[in-house]
Amino acid sequence: MGEAIVITSGKGGVGKTTTTANIGTALALMEKKVCLIDTDIGLRNLDVVMGLENRIIYDIVDVIEGRCKLKQALIKDKRFEYLSLLPAAQTSDKAASTVDSMKKIITELKQEFDYIIIDCPAGIEQGFQNAVAGADKAIVVTTPEKSSVRDADRIIGLLENKEMEPPRLIINRIRNHMMKNGDMLDIDEIVHILSIDLIGIVLDDDEVIKASNNGEPIALHPNTKVSIAYRNIARRILGETVPLQSLEDEKGMFQKVKKFFGIRS
Amino acid sequence: MQENKQMITIKGTRDGLTLFIDDSCSFEEAFIELNEKLTENLSKKDEPTVYVTVKLGNRYLTTDQAEKLRGLIGRGNRFSVQSFESNVIPKDKALSWMEDSEVKPINRIIRSGQVLEVTGDLLLIGDVNPGGKVVSTGNIYIMGSMRGIAHAGVNGDRNAVIAASYMKPSQLRIADYISRAPDYESDGVYMECGLIDEEQDKIIIDRLQVLSHKRKDLNGFERRMNNG
Repeated sequence: MGEAIVITSGKGGVGKTTTTANIGTALALMEKKVCLIDTDIGLRNLDVVMGLENRIIYDIVDVIEGRCKLKQALIKDKRFEYLSLLPAAQTSDKAASTVDSMKKIITELKQEFDYIIIDCPAGIEQGFQNAVAGADKAIVVTTPEKSSVRDADRIIGLLENKEMEPPRLIINRIRNHMMKNGDMLDIDEIVHILSIDLIGIVLDDDEVIKASNNGEPIALHPNTKVSIAYRNIARRILGETVPLQSLEDEKGMFQKVKKFFGIRS
Repeated sequence: MQENKQMITIKGTRDGLTLFIDDSCSFEEAFIELNEKLTENLSKKDEPTVYVTVKLGNRYLTTDQAEKLRGLIGRGNRFSVQSFESNVIPKDKALSWMEDSEVKPINRIIRSGQVLEVTGDLLLIGDVNPGGKVVSTGNIYIMGSMRGIAHAGVNGDRNAVIAASYMKPSQLRIADYISRAPDYESDGVYMECGLIDEEQDKIIIDRLQVLSHKRKDLNGFERRMNNG
C-alpha cells in the first residue's frame, strides 16, 4: 500500500511543479515505485518539466470520464521504469474532476506504487480541494518572500482541517547572499511563523530553470547543490535523518577546522 | 405567624423610599397587601413624586410582575419605581454573565485567513500569524506572537485590553477604536499590551506592568458581576 503526498503552496510560481518532478525523480532513483499526478487541469506543466509531453495520449480527465482505463493514461518515464506520470488535461474544463473521482484514482494507484506525488494547482479553490482530497501527507512549498509565506500559512491552516498528518515545509529559491544581508526572510523566521517541520531547503539556481527547459529534472544530475537538496528531501520522506544542507559555499580546510573549534570566521 | 409578620416594610431614606417585600410569601399576597398599604396612605395630590427602591430579597420577579408592581406603585403619580433589587437572577442570565467573564483557553495557531471568535476573555496559547484574526467580547491574552489582527471588547467594552508575549500586530482594535502598524518596517515588542488611552483618545501600546494601575478591575471574576 503506497503513500500519497500532495505538493502545495497556495501561491503560484514558487516551484510546486519543479519540486514534484524532482522529489519524484529522486525517489525513483532510490528504486521506489513513484507515480506523479498533475492536477492542474487546464494548465498542465508537469509533463513538460519531465520531458514527457509528446507521449501523452490520455489524461486524468479521460480517466475520470471513463474514456480510458487508468493504466492506459499512465506514462512510463523514458529514463527509468520506476517512475510514471498521470498528466492533467490541457483542454477540458476544470469542472470535470471531483473530490470523489480523485480519491478513487489515488486509491487505485496506491495498490501499484510506493509513492504518489500530487502536483497541486495554485490557489485554494476546487482544484486545491481535489488535489488534497486523496492525499495522506502534504508538503508545503514556500519561498523566502513575505507573500508566499503568507499564502503558505493560509494553506497550512486549510490543511489542518483535513484528516492528514501535519504538513511539512520546503523552502525553495533561497538566495544565500540576500538572506545574509537580511533582504529576505531567513529560514528560522519562516519556520517560526509557520511552525511546521522543515523537510528541506533548496537554493535558487539557474541550473534548475535550464534543466526543466530541457525536460530533465535536475535531481538526475548529482553534481549540483540543488540536486543533492532534492535527494536529501527524498531520503527524509523515506524516514532517514539527513542534516540540512549548509548554505555556505565550500570552505577551505582551515575554515572547517576553525568552525570545528567554534571560532567565528 | 405569617399573619403577624409584615409582608411589606417601607423605610424612608435620603434618596427616597425603600420598599422591602418579604420573600417568603406569594407574589399575589404581597401585591394585595401593598395595594392596601398604598391606598391607606393616600396623601395630598400636590406632593412631589417620591422615588422608590424596591428590595425583593430572594424573590425573582418576572418582567410581567415587575410591570405590575411598577404600575401599582406608580399609580396616582405619587411614587415612581427607581429600581428593583433582587438577590437572585435566573440561571441563563447567570450563565451568560459567566461566559462573558470567563477566560477561554485555546491552544492553536491562528493562521492567515483564519478567524477565532470567543465570548468572554481569550487566552490564546499559540501565535496569531499575519492575516489571521482573533475577536473577543472581553480581553485578549496571547501567549505567543501577535502578528495579525486582534479585536477586543467587540461589543463595545472600551476597557478591554490586548496583551501578548510578542507584539507586532498589523492592527489592534478595541471596541470602536482601530490602530494599525506604522508603514515603515518596525521591530515587535515583547510583553506589551494594547489599551485605549482616554487622554489621547486612541489605542496605545505599553508595558504589561501599566495594566496593574490602569486596568485595576482586570483582577477577578466579580468585576463584571458588579457591573451587571
